[in-house]
Amino acid sequence: MHTARTFDVLVLGGGNAALCAAITAREAGASVLMLESAPVAFRGGNSRHTRNMRTMHEGPLEPLTESYPEEEYWQDLLKVTGGLTDETLARMTIRRTERHVPWMKAHGVRFQAPLGGTLHLSRTNAFFLGGGKALVNAYFRSAAALGVEVAYETEVVDLALDGDRLSSVTVQCRGARHEIRAKAVVVAAGGFESNLAWLREAWGPPADNFIVRGTPYNMGKVLKLLLAQGAKQVSDPTQGHCVAIDARSPRYDGGIVTRVDAVSLGIVVNRDAQRFYDEGEDFWPKRYAIWGRLVAGQPDQIGYSIIDAKSMGKFMPPVFPPEKAQTVRELAGKLGLDPAALEKTIGEFNAAVRPGTFDHTVQDDCRTEGIAPAKTHWARALDTPPFYAYPLRPGITFTYLGVAIDERARMILADGKPAANVWAAGEIMAGNILGKGYLAGIGMAIGTTFGRIAGEEAARHVRG
Amino acid sequence: MSVAENVAGEPAARDMKSLPELVEEAQRVLAICNACRYCEGYCAVFPALQRRLAFNESDVHYLANLCHNCGSCLYACQYAPPHEFGLNFPRLMAQARAQTYRKYAWPGFLARAFDANGLVTSLALAASLAFMLLFAALVAEPARLLTAFSDSQGSFYAVIPHNAMVAVFGTVSAFVVLALAMGFVRFWPDMGEEPGDFAAPATTGSALGDALTLKYLDGGGDGCTYPDEVPSFARRRFHHLTFYGFLLCFAATSTATLYHYVLGWKAPYPFWSVPVVLGTAGGIGLLVGPAGLLWLKRRRDPELADPGQKGMDAGFLALLFLASLTGLLLLALRETRAMGMLLVAHLGVVLALFVTMPYGKFVHALYRFAALVRFHLERRRPLPDIAPE
Repeated sequence: MHTARTFDVLVLGGGNAALCAAITAREAGASVLMLESAPVAFRGGNSRHTRNMRTMHEGPLEPLTESYPEEEYWQDLLKVTGGLTDETLARMTIRRTERHVPWMKAHGVRFQAPLGGTLHLSRTNAFFLGGGKALVNAYFRSAAALGVEVAYETEVVDLALDGDRLSSVTVQCRGARHEIRAKAVVVAAGGFESNLAWLREAWGPPADNFIVRGTPYNMGKVLKLLLAQGAKQVSDPTQGHCVAIDARSPRYDGGIVTRVDAVSLGIVVNRDAQRFYDEGEDFWPKRYAIWGRLVAGQPDQIGYSIIDAKSMGKFMPPVFPPEKAQTVRELAGKLGLDPAALEKTIGEFNAAVRPGTFDHTVQDDCRTEGIAPAKTHWARALDTPPFYAYPLRPGITFTYLGVAIDERARMILADGKPAANVWAAGEIMAGNILGKGYLAGIGMAIGTTFGRIAGEEAARHVRG
Repeated sequence: MSVAENVAGEPAARDMKSLPELVEEAQRVLAICNACRYCEGYCAVFPALQRRLAFNESDVHYLANLCHNCGSCLYACQYAPPHEFGLNFPRLMAQARAQTYRKYAWPGFLARAFDANGLVTSLALAASLAFMLLFAALVAEPARLLTAFSDSQGSFYAVIPHNAMVAVFGTVSAFVVLALAMGFVRFWPDMGEEPGDFAAPATTGSALGDALTLKYLDGGGDGCTYPDEVPSFARRRFHHLTFYGFLLCFAATSTATLYHYVLGWKAPYPFWSVPVVLGTAGGIGLLVGPAGLLWLKRRRDPELADPGQKGMDAGFLALLFLASLTGLLLLALRETRAMGMLLVAHLGVVLALFVTMPYGKFVHALYRFAALVRFHLERRRPLPDIAPE
């Protein structure tokens, strides 16, 4: 164990933000140790499940098309967060994304043209060749070549925030406890979404029906210790990136394949076979992030996305096959719903559908009239068997509860002053920018931005 | 079995190798890949699978042979073991290819050669060597096997008469070409493609370009992850040396045939003659290439390999290496007493190489090229209006 020496920079975490910080600090001449709680096979936190970074660009920037100016990016963020964001930090992030692309390439990350079926993101989101795990692998190779040391399966169990200074970190590795000393510490250890007990504390019993889409290793230990020892909190424990995913997904780590992209093509009903929200409010990529919370608000936290034969094959194929039936009644039986109630809901919905020209690529004029909630686009009668259904559950991707930071990524203490030698990056501080809602690909933008800043600042602190 | 269990898969089922079991496992894996799609920038396989919502046996043969086993997708895969989905795409494709080779082997009963390919190759080599030795002794004077000849035209044929050599290799080559052609003729219609489409110039030209450059041994740009997770072009380079070495040796033999029948010049030919220069260059490629591939194979991440195919891969590479080694030794020592025995050894190795061609690793070229042609045919068609059934 790395107890004999004092490292210049200690990085807590092993995902994108931690790697960016470690690489940057090492390149600035600091000795660096990373602590990753996961084993090698599951290293990288939630970054291993990502696939792109939302990137500002004034002109064409390989692999992105056209331009995506700062103001448009900012307005997109403003919309999803409803203003719950820190404009200075957000604009800093946005502006820096353009410069990240060449830096990422220089550290082994490769980009590709947007994925087939990915929702017109070619202008705004830079896709990683092979996805986030390939990115994480490239960064770990780059870090190793630079001489960054990495301790796997090493979990922080205690830390001592002594006034404004973090002097030591206690870790557990293979059953033994060790104390690690460093001159500067970058905390990039993620949120607490894997911690079911903590989720239950925040959400109450509904949390028992949540599925954790990402890593099982984000237990929030570092976050909890920092908040308990005087770090200033941002956001609240119920906020996070939460989407509606297939209810049959594994409890943890199901990742991208658990998504169900059929919602806007049909209707969604709850346990009582009742609709509860406008399924056609906006394009699915702009709305997928609200459906987790919507389903979480329903009885038993379950929903059913129902489509008919007209829509089959018009969305990305989910990994689990749908329930399928020739009649609505039969489908209700398979789903365990009240057949009469489902027939009534679909009958009323079909009757409320106004004639229109269906076009899934624009906000078309197919809508309902006279029912609540309305379906404002892409409303077509469910009348062509077979009928299909996908069960939905809230899928937590990551939580926003975090520590406050300033523009230099310094962690802010409860008294409003920055800590002397602690920087934060990634999920653990994403709540500064994401008060609520989510904008596809911004997690990696925040992690890369503040990872690099934290690494640079920590190294400067140590090396002068 | 519940739907969720079906996606998660049963660990025990993953090691099964019968064709129906493999197809079932492939259906599970391909459904996960189709919902994920993160790997689509690596090669042709993922864009090809994205054109489908369901996968039958012929799709599995097609995709498996389109896969060059570069390994990039395994390291990038968030569902790779020890994830509970236990998804090992390259190994599954390798296992499926082994089934393609068996299924389309002709005559069918010889498909069993694939079950113990290393052993079969060794036996074929021993038998071929013994046959050539006996053959030489019977058709010519045994004493000449150990006689030194001057480097003059016709000295090889003093050991084994030209017509006898032609009779043996002509017969074997004709059989090999027939067996390979039969494999292809049975494979192609199973892909659902028309015979004429195979020869469409534009698509076949694109496929040829992919094959000659080994386009899909590039891992999407930085090289494939072979033998381990660090991207590298080593495998592509060694394969190029092997393939172009093989081609040069073939060109040398063809030139020599022209010399013999058209110009009436008999082997051996001078050191700076076209056949010898081509053969020497090709021989060096066939020494370095297969040796390099074997060396990489030894260092290969065991996760990427189908352990059942080690014998097949190594057997073919060893024969290529030995054919070249004996050929170059024959060239170097053709004026010494060793010439006769080296000639027999060389012809024995080449005979073994030929005989095992339709029942060993060589067939990968046939099915992979067919898969590449189909890939380019499909690419020119509009995306199907996909539905699950």
